[in-house]
Amino acid sequence: MSKDIRIKKGLDIKLQGEAEKITTDAVASNVYTIKPENFHGIIPKLIAKQGTKVTAGEPLFYNKSVAEMMFVSPVSGEVIDVVRAEKRKIVAIKIQADKEQSFHDYGKIDVSSTSAESIKAHLLSTGCWSFIKQRPYDVVANPEKSPKAIFISGYASAPLSADYDYVLQGKQAELQAAVSALGKLTEGVVHVSVGVNSDSPLSSLKGVTLHSISGPHPSGNVGTQIAKIDPVNKGETVWSVTPQDLVIIGELLLTGKFNAERIVAVGGSVVKKPRYYKTKIGAEVSTMIYDAGVEGDNNRIITGNVLTGNSVNPDEFLGYYDNTLTLIPEGDDYEFFGWNKPIFNKLSTSRALTFSWLTPKKKYDLNTNTNGEHRAFVLTGKYEEVFPLDIYPMQLLKACMYEDLDEMEALGMYEVAPEDFALTEFVCVSKQPHQGIIRKGLDLMLKEIG
Amino acid sequence: MALKDKLHDLKVKYTGTKMSPVFNAFHTFLYAPNETTHSGSHIRGADDLKRTMNTVIMALVPCLIFGMFNAGYQHHVATGEITTFTEGFLRPEFWNWDNLVVGLWKVLPLVIVSYAVGLAVEMFFAAKNGHEVEEGYLVTGMLVPLIVPIDIPLWMLSVAVIFGVVLGKEVFGGTGMNILNPALLIRAFLFFAYPTWMSGDKVWVHGAVERTNEIAAGSTADVISGETILGSLAQNSTAMMDSSSDVWNAFYGFIPGSVGETSTLLIILGALFLIFSKIGSWRIMLSAALGALVMGFIFNLITDAGFIAQSSKFYTLMSLEFWQHLLIGGFAFGAIYMATDPVTASQTNKGKWIYGFLIGFISILIRVFNPAYPEGVMLAILLMNVMAPTIDHYVVQGNVKKRLKRLKAKTA
Repeated sequence: MSKDIRIKKGLDIKLQGEAEKITTDAVASNVYTIKPENFHGIIPKLIAKQGTKVTAGEPLFYNKSVAEMMFVSPVSGEVIDVVRAEKRKIVAIKIQADKEQSFHDYGKIDVSSTSAESIKAHLLSTGCWSFIKQRPYDVVANPEKSPKAIFISGYASAPLSADYDYVLQGKQAELQAAVSALGKLTEGVVHVSVGVNSDSPLSSLKGVTLHSISGPHPSGNVGTQIAKIDPVNKGETVWSVTPQDLVIIGELLLTGKFNAERIVAVGGSVVKKPRYYKTKIGAEVSTMIYDAGVEGDNNRIITGNVLTGNSVNPDEFLGYYDNTLTLIPEGDDYEFFGWNKPIFNKLSTSRALTFSWLTPKKKYDLNTNTNGEHRAFVLTGKYEEVFPLDIYPMQLLKACMYEDLDEMEALGMYEVAPEDFALTEFVCVSKQPHQGIIRKGLDLMLKEIG
Repeated sequence: MALKDKLHDLKVKYTGTKMSPVFNAFHTFLYAPNETTHSGSHIRGADDLKRTMNTVIMALVPCLIFGMFNAGYQHHVATGEITTFTEGFLRPEFWNWDNLVVGLWKVLPLVIVSYAVGLAVEMFFAAKNGHEVEEGYLVTGMLVPLIVPIDIPLWMLSVAVIFGVVLGKEVFGGTGMNILNPALLIRAFLFFAYPTWMSGDKVWVHGAVERTNEIAAGSTADVISGETILGSLAQNSTAMMDSSSDVWNAFYGFIPGSVGETSTLLIILGALFLIFSKIGSWRIMLSAALGALVMGFIFNLITDAGFIAQSSKFYTLMSLEFWQHLLIGGFAFGAIYMATDPVTASQTNKGKWIYGFLIGFISILIRVFNPAYPEGVMLAILLMNVMAPTIDHYVVQGNVKKRLKRLKAKTA
């Protein structure tokens, strides 16, 4: 069964430095790092103390509130450091990788003959549960709640993000195993979406409802698709998994190995040879960016895409969920009369002496300058142009700011994740931190309502 | 780039002091700041609030320039120095140096005082409360001189600006938090505090007040009458609006009125620019025009049906061709530049339709039934400013109800 979803509101941000479809094996990283903060809201309890030898797939820590939920090592090696902050909060766990990688064997699972309960237990103990995220709250899924549906977006519409059609090639079997397993965990449907003209291996999956997506970003955001297909109501839960994480889940089910390998798009206007690299979760980003080549030395390295990713140093690490590395120039310079002169080289949704409307196909070299200072909310109607959800974005943001839980709930807080507000943040004339406001609001709700 | 570096050093020096917001206000005027993104999206759109406000000011500049010429033109017509009248927009007796000199002499001080006083108040509050100087006053400061009578004493303007900015904006928390449009609040303050300077037939033309005083003191010079079309209609006289050239004059703006609100033609051009640049809300502009037309049309129907006697004091305004309401009394200026203030207007797109429509509707209603105060537009916008949050509330409740319904359908 296939359904078409067309998104009209949104904005495609076209940037220079799209990754060429060539995959190179990245230099093996010496050290791999897992940061518990990647798993938002989870309080880690350490298992592998400093000096412990682990194989790939062996647990590093577990979730304090759900003790069965393991978080595992992406490689085999030795835990060389557990970085802690105030109150002994674990910031990062660093593993020095062995030259020869060895995998912990979790055993093959035949999905069709295994019960939902055992699949759930298996995913929890093997670390694969960490890939399942839930809404409301945009956190790692709570295994006690059964989802009404599971969503997988195989269409990446964010700027310079890895093309799923390309990176999933040849992963048919793994994907099928993973969606079959996930399908057992829900009473409802597994919704899989692909781009309109895609030849993604996802489109031939069985036991799922396939949707074809078209329209500007955020059409590829799973939040947009949930809103169009089956929005989250109060008390309901939906899960989402990214396709590359499905591959890891699938491989675990088929072979018993937790193989943290993924293909990462390295792109951005300052990258000399933007391309794809095969690497592993937690790898040092310098293993890829020096090979790809970088122009200039005042750049920002982003693990993830430019809208939702995190800024890292070259000696830091690929985020747990990320399959994109983006490098753009920093914008920490003044611009003479920058507020009133005509602008041709930056993207804008207005036409206030900004001329990007003349060149809709142009690819831009945008930097990290905010192009203005933080202000109170003034303009209205601007967010709605790029926000396809049936929600009043500014009203919801304001409700989060004054922490009115009832209003947040009424206005649709259960349906959103910070990434849904990335574009409104981009176009915001008042330069308000939308994603931060939504994250704080979600955390407050999670704490107060749960 | 020595200047850039010097300013940067100064900025660092002032950081954390009370002077910081004031310095930054000037600094960011020269240079867009070097601020980079720290959380969320790493790239941001090209527009900021300064650019937005600047766009509105650009849309106002033609009105300002026209206002200067018109100040001199009205003065010279009233004093009898202009006796030949031609047709069309580019008439030579209007666009000449003599008129402009009077305009520069009378209008520029209004602009300077408005900005100086208003920005001083803003900067004081910014320094006091330790926040940046926000750009709201950039537009207000330009609007204010355009909506006051030409001869308004500068001290009155100063008092009104202080009142408007402090009580209209700062007490609510500054730009973005106010309920009433500050520029209109300033005008309303003047209107009710100094009515003799703000209404009647003696204030709209430069020199009229002075001449009246001279006559009172025994001079034998002729009275300068500077009645506005609306004022004259409210007196049940159609003398100023009875030929097609009168209507054209009203459209072009060669009529007495507040400084910059008379030229409907230039206001429409400004509106097109605001709509094209996506800064002004076309929903509000269009619906306000619709609202005014509907109300005007209803009045026309009433008079056509003979429900109102010709002797009624409302008759002339009620029977005015419904579309002519758009040309007079500053309606276009209010609907395009003041009703669309995003902070005080409705904030939802649906709400904007209702808000704009009611502004147009109520403007004409007040104008017709309150001939003593034919300031329908000002009062209607202020009234709808107050109602806007309520309109938004019901629009947003619609969305909330939809969500609840969806939930009910699920559980049922």
